[in-house]
Amino acid sequence: MITWRTRVTAWVLVFCFSPLPAIAAGESPATITVGSKSFTESVIIGEMLVHMIRQTGHEARHRRQLGGTRVLWNALVSGEIDAYPEYTGTLIQEILVRENLQTDAQLKRALAARGLRMTAPLGFNNTYAIGMKDKLAGRLGIRTISDLRNHPDLVFGFGNEFMDRADGWPGLQRRYQLPQSHVTGLDHDLAYRGIESGSLQVTDLYATDAEIAYYNLRVLEDDLDYFPVYNAVILYRADLQQRVPELVALFNRLAGRIDAHIMSRMNAQVKLDGQSEAAVAAGFLEDTLQLDIDLQQQNVWQRLWRNTMAHLVLVAISLGAAILVSVPLGILAARRPRLGQIILGVAGLIQTIPSLALFVFMIPLLGIGGPPAIVALFLYSLLPIIRNTYAGLKDIPPPIVESARALGLPSRARLRIVELPLATRAILAGIKTSAVINVGTATLSALIGAGGYGQPILTGIRLDDIGLIMQGAVPAALLALLVQGLFELIERYLLPRDLGRSEAGLRLIG
Amino acid sequence: MLELIQVSKHYGDTAALALTNLRIPEGETLVLIGPSGCGKSTLLRLIAGLIQPDSGTITLEGMTLTPDNILTARQRMGYVIQDGGLFPHLNIRDNVTVMACYLRRESAWIDARLAELAQLVRLPSDLMHRYPSELSGGQRQRVSLMRALMLDPEVLLLDEPLGALDPMIRYELQRELRGIFARLGKTVVMVTHDIAEAAFFGHTLVLMRDGHIIQTGTFKSLARTPAEAFVEQFINAQRDPMEQLARVLK
Repeated sequence: MITWRTRVTAWVLVFCFSPLPAIAAGESPATITVGSKSFTESVIIGEMLVHMIRQTGHEARHRRQLGGTRVLWNALVSGEIDAYPEYTGTLIQEILVRENLQTDAQLKRALAARGLRMTAPLGFNNTYAIGMKDKLAGRLGIRTISDLRNHPDLVFGFGNEFMDRADGWPGLQRRYQLPQSHVTGLDHDLAYRGIESGSLQVTDLYATDAEIAYYNLRVLEDDLDYFPVYNAVILYRADLQQRVPELVALFNRLAGRIDAHIMSRMNAQVKLDGQSEAAVAAGFLEDTLQLDIDLQQQNVWQRLWRNTMAHLVLVAISLGAAILVSVPLGILAARRPRLGQIILGVAGLIQTIPSLALFVFMIPLLGIGGPPAIVALFLYSLLPIIRNTYAGLKDIPPPIVESARALGLPSRARLRIVELPLATRAILAGIKTSAVINVGTATLSALIGAGGYGQPILTGIRLDDIGLIMQGAVPAALLALLVQGLFELIERYLLPRDLGRSEAGLRLIG
Repeated sequence: MLELIQVSKHYGDTAALALTNLRIPEGETLVLIGPSGCGKSTLLRLIAGLIQPDSGTITLEGMTLTPDNILTARQRMGYVIQDGGLFPHLNIRDNVTVMACYLRRESAWIDARLAELAQLVRLPSDLMHRYPSELSGGQRQRVSLMRALMLDPEVLLLDEPLGALDPMIRYELQRELRGIFARLGKTVVMVTHDIAEAAFFGHTLVLMRDGHIIQTGTFKSLARTPAEAFVEQFINAQRDPMEQLARVLK
């Protein structure tokens, strides 16, 4: 006889056979974690740090392209990551703006107070810059921004943001007393094409844009120091000095070795030539620091496998926990009307929080990586299951509930023998809805360093590579269908003939 | 013996059942009758403990029913409702034996009892693995009666058990049911709004209106010495159509 209990066990097993220990095990102390921001340059330098960590014989872990400077900063302060590439301008003008820091010495003191250190500048200053075709600049003899004053007929085209910002074109024009009258605002990418076609001659850039090399542009020297300095540095935890002194020594060897030209060429190798960040970083370290890098490249299938495992762990744990919690909550809501209103209300409220915000809310509580993502996904999966369990129980015809009572079955037996089996279809429908939402939303987990199918999607967006986006989007869609199919099978097994055409589910009492 | 002493039940300001005393001797079939909303179903549900009285006590063989002992008391009462109240996800066998299985009765005893009851209600044993939706209305009521009788209760409570059946089946089942009641000798409390059915089944008829018992007695005494005009009206209301028909046919 197949009892109801074995059936429940079967349900639970489906979720518990997931690779739970993968998350629980955590990292050995020898693992050193680096982070990077969500643009190519940061990822390349992050890969350099990874290679260096491996040089010292430690395990390295790279939390790639985390969603935002604040996320990285907080992760570093709390010790979840040990190092990441940062810019002095960002530290002074954004993160530590309240301290009103003026010099690098003051900045170092402010960092030390938080248990952090930074290397000397790596050599490039990724600030706003003004650029033009190298050939044209050579012909006109333009080397600095001041030199533009002598050529009032040049056509300027600036990105819309640069046009509008007070520290953009308006301030630049005032500081340098630029006489040009042909100035238009346009999309940043279109500006490069305008330069190429000759319809405009001067535009704004980020100093290390890959396109500088691609379009043969000359970056004009900011001879009046108009733009703030965004010197790239490696920011790391002070305790790294004690833990792995040789690694800090390696970090410091990067100082002054990456100038804007080299950085922009490396950006181009990734963005325009399609090389991997790890390979570009390794090439640089071999050429410049004479390090011997053993490049551990993963192919498409290895990446897919890794992302699939990470995604499955996120989905299985969060959805499994949501089922274990939501079904009892739904039962409680159906049995206690007043409490039920509160339960449904709170679950509904959680659902209204935008998913991205919910992920970010979890960071102060649980840091970055898998755990906060799992909690966020868990919270998102509650409402459909609670609501369907509640509705499924409430929709049972009163005469049937009354008959069960009149037989003398106690409350829990009524639930087990009569009410839950009759609500099974509704409950499973709720679980299916949750599963599909969960698999889709889990792609956002990559933003807080949890990996999964979101990782190739994020990278694809950054590199404008549809193929990469598909490497995440297609398996995510397939997984959603697969999970739904799995529950269809469970439903067929659980529902008796009258409710679902299966011979198996006849014996519920035994 | 089943006894109600000073029992009442109110929903808001309306009395579903006014202060009521009622004794049902062992082995007797008592029929509660009256128009819709008269309180007859409320009275039955109070006995089954499905609702709690505002005042008074209900005793079964001298035992006062309380929320604490109602679960065991219900095992001594079989309950049948209008559309059977069968569990759609369980087959006929499981529907009938659900409580016995829950109480972990021996499976040999369960099998024997099932066969005995199927014979009693004249239900073919090959239907035992069907589902309620695969049976006719009359068959479902037979199953419902089997379920009510499974634990051999002292009291049988029936709430319009034949109300949803078409006239031919209803006629047939009425006769069978009366035979079964006579053979089993159980105390039966039955609710109906059909005076002919009440007269057919009941030793004692209890006519109710607006939560009050208007008159208690045999059909004969109700018809011959009605306690008030309502009793006469209620009886005549259901007799008239047939007599008019008979007159037309002549």
